[in-house]
Amino acid sequence: MHPALQGLITIIVGVGGCVGYFYFSNQFLDKVLFPATGKNAGHNINRANQVRPWLFLFPALFALGLYLAYPVVATLWLSLTDRKAGGAFVGFANYRQMFGEPKFWEAVQNNMLWLIVVPAFSTGFGLLAAQLTDRIKWGNIAKSLIFMPMAISFVGAAVIWKLVYDTRPVDQDQIGVLNAVWLLFDGGPASFLLLKLLPALILVMFAASMAWVIYQVVRPWIRPEKGHRKTGWWAVPLRAVLAIVAAWLIWLSLGSLVSLFSARLPYGAPQTWLTIPFWNSFFLMAVLVWIQTGFAMVILSAAIRGIPEETIEAAVIDGANPFQIFFKIKVPQIMGTIVVVWTTITIVVLKVFDIVFAMTNGQWQTQVLANYMYDKLFRANDWGVGSASAMVIMLLVTPILVWNVYNARKESR
Amino acid sequence: MHATSSKKSPLVWAVHISVVLLVALWMFPTVGLFVSSFRTADQIANTGWWNSLFTQERQRPAIRISGDEKQEGAEFVIDGRLFRADNVVISKWGTSSREPKAYEPGDVADLGEGVSLTVAADGAFRLSAPQSFGDGRLPRVFTTAEAPPEFTFDNYRFVLFDPNNREGMANAFFNTLTVTIPATIIPIVIAAFAAYALAWMRFPGRSLLIAAIVGLLVVPLQLALIPLLKLHNDIGIGKGYLGVWLAHTGFGLPLAIYLLRNYMVGLPRDIIENARVDGATDFQIFVKIILPLSFPALASFAIFQFLWTWNDLLVALVFLIDSTGETTVMTKQIVELLGTRGGNWEILATSAFVSIAVPLVVFFAMQKYLVRGLLSGSVK
Repeated sequence: MHPALQGLITIIVGVGGCVGYFYFSNQFLDKVLFPATGKNAGHNINRANQVRPWLFLFPALFALGLYLAYPVVATLWLSLTDRKAGGAFVGFANYRQMFGEPKFWEAVQNNMLWLIVVPAFSTGFGLLAAQLTDRIKWGNIAKSLIFMPMAISFVGAAVIWKLVYDTRPVDQDQIGVLNAVWLLFDGGPASFLLLKLLPALILVMFAASMAWVIYQVVRPWIRPEKGHRKTGWWAVPLRAVLAIVAAWLIWLSLGSLVSLFSARLPYGAPQTWLTIPFWNSFFLMAVLVWIQTGFAMVILSAAIRGIPEETIEAAVIDGANPFQIFFKIKVPQIMGTIVVVWTTITIVVLKVFDIVFAMTNGQWQTQVLANYMYDKLFRANDWGVGSASAMVIMLLVTPILVWNVYNARKESR
Repeated sequence: MHATSSKKSPLVWAVHISVVLLVALWMFPTVGLFVSSFRTADQIANTGWWNSLFTQERQRPAIRISGDEKQEGAEFVIDGRLFRADNVVISKWGTSSREPKAYEPGDVADLGEGVSLTVAADGAFRLSAPQSFGDGRLPRVFTTAEAPPEFTFDNYRFVLFDPNNREGMANAFFNTLTVTIPATIIPIVIAAFAAYALAWMRFPGRSLLIAAIVGLLVVPLQLALIPLLKLHNDIGIGKGYLGVWLAHTGFGLPLAIYLLRNYMVGLPRDIIENARVDGATDFQIFVKIILPLSFPALASFAIFQFLWTWNDLLVALVFLIDSTGETTVMTKQIVELLGTRGGNWEILATSAFVSIAVPLVVFFAMQKYLVRGLLSGSVK
C-alpha cells in the first residue's frame, strides 16, 4: 500500500476512532450504564458525571503512561540489567562501566559547557534583541527575522553552519565566511584589538558578573537583613552550590585569560574549525544559540511589553539614563521570565542530539550525552550502558522538572 | 513618551544600527545557503557566495604552455589555445605568480632573451623566440577570467525531479509529509478532550494530574527510545509509519494538553454554565462551544507539532527508518548526504533548502499563532 494512502487512512481511522470513542462511550454511559430515567435518575446522573472525566481523559492518560511514564521506569530497569546475559539483573555494573569510559566523561564535560554557554548567550542575545526592537517602528519585522531559525531543523541548521565553517586550502578562495573573515586578520594592531583585547574584556566582565553573583548569594550570611522573609532549609545548600559554581567559573575565566594572551594565533592559515579540540564545541554551540535566541527574544519581548509604564516613567522623571532604566528597572521586573527562558533552553540543551550527530558525530572531542547515548544504543548495541546514560540525562533534568511542578502547584492554588 | 524615542538622539541611531547588524548577522548563514543552492558546483567551489552578485574576476589555475614548435622566418613560434572551452574570456594575464594580472589581453610580454608571449582574450596564445625552445621548460600563464553573476535552477531539478538520482529528495519529501500530517492531527484530538476534562470538569485528583503533565513536559524522549522500540517489536508494529505516528502522538501530548488546558481555563465561565443549565451534555458543550472557541490554541499547538515532527531526526531514526531505507525522511537523507557528498555544496545546499522551505512558509504564514503558543506554553 502506498504510504500516502496509508497516512490518509490513519488520519481517518485515528481521528474517527477518537471522536467515535468519545461519542459512543458518552452515549453508553448516559443511556446504558447510568440512564437518567427511572427511580434512580438523580443518583445515576451524579454517578455518570463522576465517571465522565475519566472517559475524556482515558486515551490521553493511556498514551502518556505508555509513551512517557512507563519508559522512565523501563529505562531505569534496563540500566540495571545486561542484555547479553538475557536481561539478568547486574546492579550498577553498567554505570560502573560507563564511568570508566573516557568518552563518557568527555560527553559530561562538554554537556556542562553547553549548559552554561548556550542558555547564557541565547538569553543574553534574546534580551538584547527584545530591548533593542522594543520601540522601533520596524521592530516586528526585525523580530520575525531573528525568530526565523526556530523553524529550521537542527539538521538544516547543521548544513547552514557547515557552509559557514567550510575550509579550503590556503591558495584558493575561501567559501566559508568564517575562514574568509579569519584571513583578513594578519596579526597587526587591529587583530590584537579584536582577537585579544575584546575577548579579554568580555572574560573580565564575565568574571566580574560571577563575582557579583557570589556576593548576592553569600550576602545573607555576611549581613543578615532584619525582617527578611524566612526561606526554606533547602536555600542554604542551593546558595552554597551556586557560590561554588560561580567561583569555579571565575577560576576558569581567569585561566582562559592567561592562555588567551600566551596563545599564538595561526594568522593567515585557514582553519578547519570543527576539528580544533575544545573550541570546536563552541562552534557547535553557536548553532544552537542562533536557533534559541529567537525563542528567548519573543518571550522576553512580551515580558518587557508587560512592564507597567509608570515604573519607567518614574525612573525617567528621576533622571535615570536608558542603561539604568534597562538594568535597574526593567531587568529586575522580568527576572521571573528570564529564569523560565533559561530553564527552557537548558532542557533543549540537555536533549541536543541532531546538531552534534550531523556536524561531527562526536569526533574531535565534541561528544555530548545524547549522542553518546545514541552511539551506545544503536551502534554498540549496548542497551545497558545506553540506558544508564539516558538516566544521567533524566537526572540532570529532574531539578528543573521538580521546580516546574512546584511552581505549577503554587499557581493553581 | 519615552525619553529615548522622543528625540533623535545618537542613542536612537545606535539602536537602529545595532538592530540592523543583529538581523544581518542572524540572516547571513541562511541567506548563504539559499544563494548557494542557485549556483553551479564550479561557482560554489571557487568563490564565496557573498561575491556571487558581482561580476567575478576569478583567477584560474596556472597553465603551462605546450605545443609544437614551428619556424616562421627567423622566429621559432609555438601557438595554440589555453582552454578547451570556447566561452572563456580572460581579462588579465601574467607569467608569474607574483604578478598574475600584469598584462591586458593582446599585450606582448617580453620574457627576456628575446622571448615574447602574447595572449588574446579568448585564450589563444603565441610564444615566439629567435632561437629554438629545445627541451627547456616553457613559461606558465596565469589568467584571470571575468564571470558575470549567474544563477541556475539545475540543482533543484537534479535534487527533486531527476529520476536517475538515487539520493534525490522527492521520495524523502513525501515520506516526511506522510509522517507529519497524522502525527500532527491525532494528538490534537486526544489532547483536546483531556484538556477539557482538566479545565472544566470536577473530579478528585485533577490538580495532581495537571502537575504530572507539567512534569512530563520536560521528560527527555531519549528515555523512551529503547523501551518503546522493544514494545513495538513485541506487539508486531516493528519499525514503520504506525510506530512513528504513535511515538510522535505520545511525545506531543504533554505540550498539547498543557497548552489547550491553559487556554480553555481562560474561556468565559458564563457560556459554559448557561449551556449546562440549558441541558447540554459535556460532550455537546465540548464539541459545539469549546472546540470552536479554542481555535487559536489548537492552531498554536498544530504549528508546534508540525514543526517538531517535520524537523525531527531522532524519532524517525529509531522508530521509522528500517534497513531498506525506503522510508527515509528528509533530515536523515541530509545527514547521509553530509557523509557521502560532504564537498558537493550545490547538492547539500539545495537538499537542505528543500527541507527547510516548508517550515519557513508555515512559520511566516502563521507566526502569530506560534508566538501565542510560545507565550502561553512557557510564561507561567
